Amino acid sequence: MFGSILRRILIFAITIFVASLVIFLLLDILPGDPARFILGINADIEAVAALREQMGLNLPIWERFWHWFFGLLRADLGISVTQNVPVAELIGERLFVSLPLAFFALILAIIIGIPIGIIAAQNRAKFIDSFLMILAQIGIAIPNFWFGMLLVLLFSVKLSLLPTGDFISWNEDFAAALRSLILPSIALALPQAAILARIMRTSLVDISNADFIRTARAKGLTKKQAIWRHGVRNAILPIMTILGLQFAFLIAGTVIVENVFYLPGLGKLIFIAISERDLILVRGAIIILILIVSFIMMLVDIAYQLIDPRLRLRG
Amino acid sequence: MFSLVFGKFFLLFRNLILSISVIFLLFTASALAQQSEIKLGMVLEPPHLDPTAGAAAAIDEITYLNIFEGLTKIDANGAVLPSLATSWEISDDNLTYIFKLKEGVKFHDGSKFDAEDVVFTFERAMAEDSVNAQKGIFSIIEEVRAIDDMSVAITLKNPSGDFLFNIGRGDAVIVAKESADNNKVNPIGTGPFKFVRWDRGSRVILEAYENYKGDAVSLKRAEFVFISDPNTAISAMLAGDLDGFPMFPAPESLEIFANDDRFKVVVGTTEGETILATNNKRAPFNDIRVRQAIAHAIDRKAIIDGAMFGYGTPIGSHFAPHHPYYVDKVDIYPFDLEKARQLLAEAGYPNGFKATIKLPPPSYARRGGQIIASQLREIGIELELINVEWAQWLDEVFSKKDYDLTIVSHVEPFDIGIYANPDYYFQFDNEDFQALMQQLNRTTNDDARRALAIYAQDFLARHAVNGYLFQLAKTGVWRANIEGMWANAPVEGNDLSTIRFVD
Repeated sequence: MFGSILRRILIFAITIFVASLVIFLLLDILPGDPARFILGINADIEAVAALREQMGLNLPIWERFWHWFFGLLRADLGISVTQNVPVAELIGERLFVSLPLAFFALILAIIIGIPIGIIAAQNRAKFIDSFLMILAQIGIAIPNFWFGMLLVLLFSVKLSLLPTGDFISWNEDFAAALRSLILPSIALALPQAAILARIMRTSLVDISNADFIRTARAKGLTKKQAIWRHGVRNAILPIMTILGLQFAFLIAGTVIVENVFYLPGLGKLIFIAISERDLILVRGAIIILILIVSFIMMLVDIAYQLIDPRLRLRG
Repeated sequence: MFSLVFGKFFLLFRNLILSISVIFLLFTASALAQQSEIKLGMVLEPPHLDPTAGAAAAIDEITYLNIFEGLTKIDANGAVLPSLATSWEISDDNLTYIFKLKEGVKFHDGSKFDAEDVVFTFERAMAEDSVNAQKGIFSIIEEVRAIDDMSVAITLKNPSGDFLFNIGRGDAVIVAKESADNNKVNPIGTGPFKFVRWDRGSRVILEAYENYKGDAVSLKRAEFVFISDPNTAISAMLAGDLDGFPMFPAPESLEIFANDDRFKVVVGTTEGETILATNNKRAPFNDIRVRQAIAHAIDRKAIIDGAMFGYGTPIGSHFAPHHPYYVDKVDIYPFDLEKARQLLAEAGYPNGFKATIKLPPPSYARRGGQIIASQLREIGIELELINVEWAQWLDEVFSKKDYDLTIVSHVEPFDIGIYANPDYYFQFDNEDFQALMQQLNRTTNDDARRALAIYAQDFLARHAVNGYLFQLAKTGVWRANIEGMWANAPVEGNDLSTIRFVD
């Protein structure tokens, strides 16, 4: 088992290297001269040339890649060309919004989604099962940004209970910062909860037909007891994979919801950096995301081995 | 047991609700008392806050006239007024300007403002490695010299009629040697507001500067909040989270605010000439008859109604209608499909032709492009619509000139001179016009300048260099009790010093 964990860590390292190479090359072939973009259409040719030189854009591509990659190993992501601030600092600031937001949304999704899935599975093929699954289907189908807009119309515009977004930094006003994350967390959690509910139900239903449940029943447990004691633990396995993916999505894939609530999250940072051709910032932000996502996936895999005895033996 | 737990839960819940409502009440109460604080919405966040090192309009919209001041300044109507220079004298040959500087001015970091700062600012912008986006303003300067602590002489290489206007723009604001390098993240100027904090991704906060030398300002604090989504902008205004949105991103929704007593909707003009830019070197657009045919086929009213929900003023040449030199040239090529088809046939395209149109992201381009495509189809010109993002547009259209047609708004003030540059992306190469612009630049007499500018407008309209569509409107929404906000945008900026709340 130790060996398999070591192997998993090696895969993680290789993933990071390959990803950084691919990101670098892909971003380099994007059309558009960053220097020209920064200075605008009426800028002087000389000024653009001066800025290109300053930004080091005239060096050969391999030199630039190694420079960047070795910087990365020293946790130095470079300095944003448009904002003139270290990239690590920019990303750090955004993580203070994106991580809590992703965390709240995921907790909400688990609190809502998992019980619904279990209730539906226990009442399989009954009215309540169909009802909950239709609800889940709707939850998946509703785009979260649209749901967010509805929440804003109700809670901010009509009831004036919560701000439309307007995130204030944590140290300035903790309560206000928390308040402004409530609606976006709900908006993000709904579709995730719906997905969790469906997967939990399917997974439990599959398991209730499995041999070990039949064995447990043969020992004299009722169907409910058998599912609770033996089924849920097994049904959690696919849920964990999904949770890992959802967390990754919630950290970076939320740019539209961030826009609706004008939150200074990581998704918006990358979106704007791309449109402004701040390649150093884009690269830094994407590699950090890949690090986070690969790391979470690695943790999920390792946790899998701890939970599932079969994988442990094979490893 | 159950009821006990439930009871506790209920108590907890009730307390929570109560405390939330109390917090909320506190918030509203404080909001009512604070009439000297303003929160304004902006669509785009600036990349940094140094107006002398970037072209992004958002930089000027926050810093110009608030944090930074120039020797001169541009007011809400586009007129040039004294600012850090209290007066100036111009030599008889129109080459040397002597500026008297304002006494007792201090930068926000406490350092004294004097002639050295002016010399430093101009020499920095004129330098070889300068990244000032408007190097052109400074390239005509021969020398900047401090005469004494409080006066500066600027000598030009040749006379320039718009020099005083140009040095009033955001690109020419005065910066201090000690702080200039940090202005991108910590801007230090001489203006009535000083920089407090920038929460990246959400807001920039300014505060009234206690040692400001000039007219007293009414506001104590101002926040610029970045909201890119139009629907969110509407909600934030309706929910009262914002006091105003000087450039409201959703003209189609202005009706909501126009019918609401809490707000006022103000429609003004900008420097943005929105044009169907045409590649004058590429066939068939190198034939003036083809360009004239297009001009005849364009129905400006339909474009303004369809793409801009009626906000915008038709233009017939590359000139802003609010400018004192403006003449209306819309009717040089009136909407006339018969005439257009005839001109196309004369040019050798009786059945029209196929071409492409590259459309950058703003809605005037994307929506306008669709309308123009349908209008040109009437005379047989089939346009393929290609959506591009800004960086791509700059690369393909602006730098490489790889395009047939495109739609873009030219937002620089008095930028008719771009037509004298044969390498500019329209690729309009006309010696007569180049000579005309040289003459205009050297002329400083107002009447003579007016005559030349009028001639130039007529010239461009007749040559149908581009399709001239409309002047971009500035549509703003703010609380009904706010006064002194700029209705027009003669340069990019939001002058906070004149804004006040009235009862």
